[in-house]
Amino acid sequence: MNKTIITVVGKDTVGIIAKVCTYLAENGINILDISQTIVQDYFNMMMIVDTNKAAKSFGDMADDLEKIGKGIGVVIKCQKEEIFDMMHRI
Amino acid sequence: MINLLEVRETNEMVEKENLDVRTITLGISLIDCIDSDLKKLNENIYNKIYNAAKDLVKTGEEISREIGIPIVNKRISVTPIAMIGSAACKTIEDFASIADTLDKVAHEVGVNFIGGYSALVSKGMTPAEELLIRSIPLALSRTERVCSSVNLGSTKTGINMDAVKLMGEIIKETAEYTKEDDSLGCAKLVVFCNAPDDNPFMAGAFHGVTEADMIINVGVSGPGVVKTALEKVRGESFEVLCETIKKTAFKVTRVGQLVAKEASARLNVPFGIVDLSLAPTPAIGDSVADILCEIGLEYAGAPGTSAGLALLNDQVRRGGVMASSYVGGLSGAFIPVSEDQGMIDAVKAGALTLEKLEAMTCVCSVGLDMIAIPGDTKATTISGIIADELAIGMINQKTV
Repeated sequence: MNKTIITVVGKDTVGIIAKVCTYLAENGINILDISQTIVQDYFNMMMIVDTNKAAKSFGDMADDLEKIGKGIGVVIKCQKEEIFDMMHRI
Repeated sequence: MINLLEVRETNEMVEKENLDVRTITLGISLIDCIDSDLKKLNENIYNKIYNAAKDLVKTGEEISREIGIPIVNKRISVTPIAMIGSAACKTIEDFASIADTLDKVAHEVGVNFIGGYSALVSKGMTPAEELLIRSIPLALSRTERVCSSVNLGSTKTGINMDAVKLMGEIIKETAEYTKEDDSLGCAKLVVFCNAPDDNPFMAGAFHGVTEADMIINVGVSGPGVVKTALEKVRGESFEVLCETIKKTAFKVTRVGQLVAKEASARLNVPFGIVDLSLAPTPAIGDSVADILCEIGLEYAGAPGTSAGLALLNDQVRRGGVMASSYVGGLSGAFIPVSEDQGMIDAVKAGALTLEKLEAMTCVCSVGLDMIAIPGDTKATTISGIIADELAIGMINQKTV
């Protein structure tokens, strides 16, 4: 499975998850796990998604999500899961 | 499964603490380029490097994008040119023409630096090696990205004192040749004792003759990450201090390991080593001196500095070895004075002197690095400083 971690950080507002999820659904990306928390008014969300059947390349998906993030005033980042596995698992 | 805290920790390291992969260095052997015709030799060198490295920068950027960690430099190291050019080069100008070729191909493939304008003369000098050394001031003054290094000694062979004398003059000449540019030539020149064959960091990188045809070496850094981790355990025991450095070094090295593995697979070049070196940059918070202060010193250079640096160097290595089976290069802490804001402050405050720096080089992974000396310093004085430093490396079986 090709897993990607999507993180969203920024000021909390209505519809952040909705916008991100709509994009993912439209592009055939399956969400495996979502967790979120609010720290001092700041919205922190992490999604683990499966990009095996994604309609777009990793680069395009990252660009699109970054743009969506800018539109709602949050920072959206896509990273391959390997980096976190390498750093945090022995 | 990975959790939010872990993801945040990694991303904060990048965003706030300057975690980065300092370099992917592609080592390329030029031995099969050797020709007695200078024009043909230059052609061979250009073609081999171009074909090997044309995708290096693009691949580095792709990996960086996918894992979300900056890869600051993409570089090339080649077989010491003194060896490659010995059949074709009869004059200083001949050797400098190879430097031109290296510079040209570096620009063409988009790498920041190309290392290996080097000679290994730890025991004796061939006429070609002496010629290359004498061509260094010219070569470094008219190229932008070429880096040069000369190995003058080793624990096994001792120090080549004739070459030490010559290098004193060459360093002075290099400064003179590039005086319009803050004597930048000297920043691209390294003098070694016990030079490693697989060092990915410039200016001392070259592709050793013991290495394979091509190899990917990765250098990771992260003084800011170590400092921030130590801030969180302020006041704790030495055991906690050491554990924290080790754990942080582990995480940072793992990043390098992943990048090396990916780059190796995508470029179809075997993976060599990960070099975990705490290499400071002038950016605020990216300083080795600041780590020493966090360990408990007033300034880098104050009494206790050698002990603090030894502890840091040792723990960084231990953490690195746990994280990757292929730790090599220099691995440890770098102390380049003019690239580290904390060191600069220490010099200004009068806490850090040349003598103290020399002591520090006994316990860290490099020698005297990026120190400014007055323009009227005599060549023989420079040779004296070099000889002192090399003696430390030779006797203590370490790279300086």
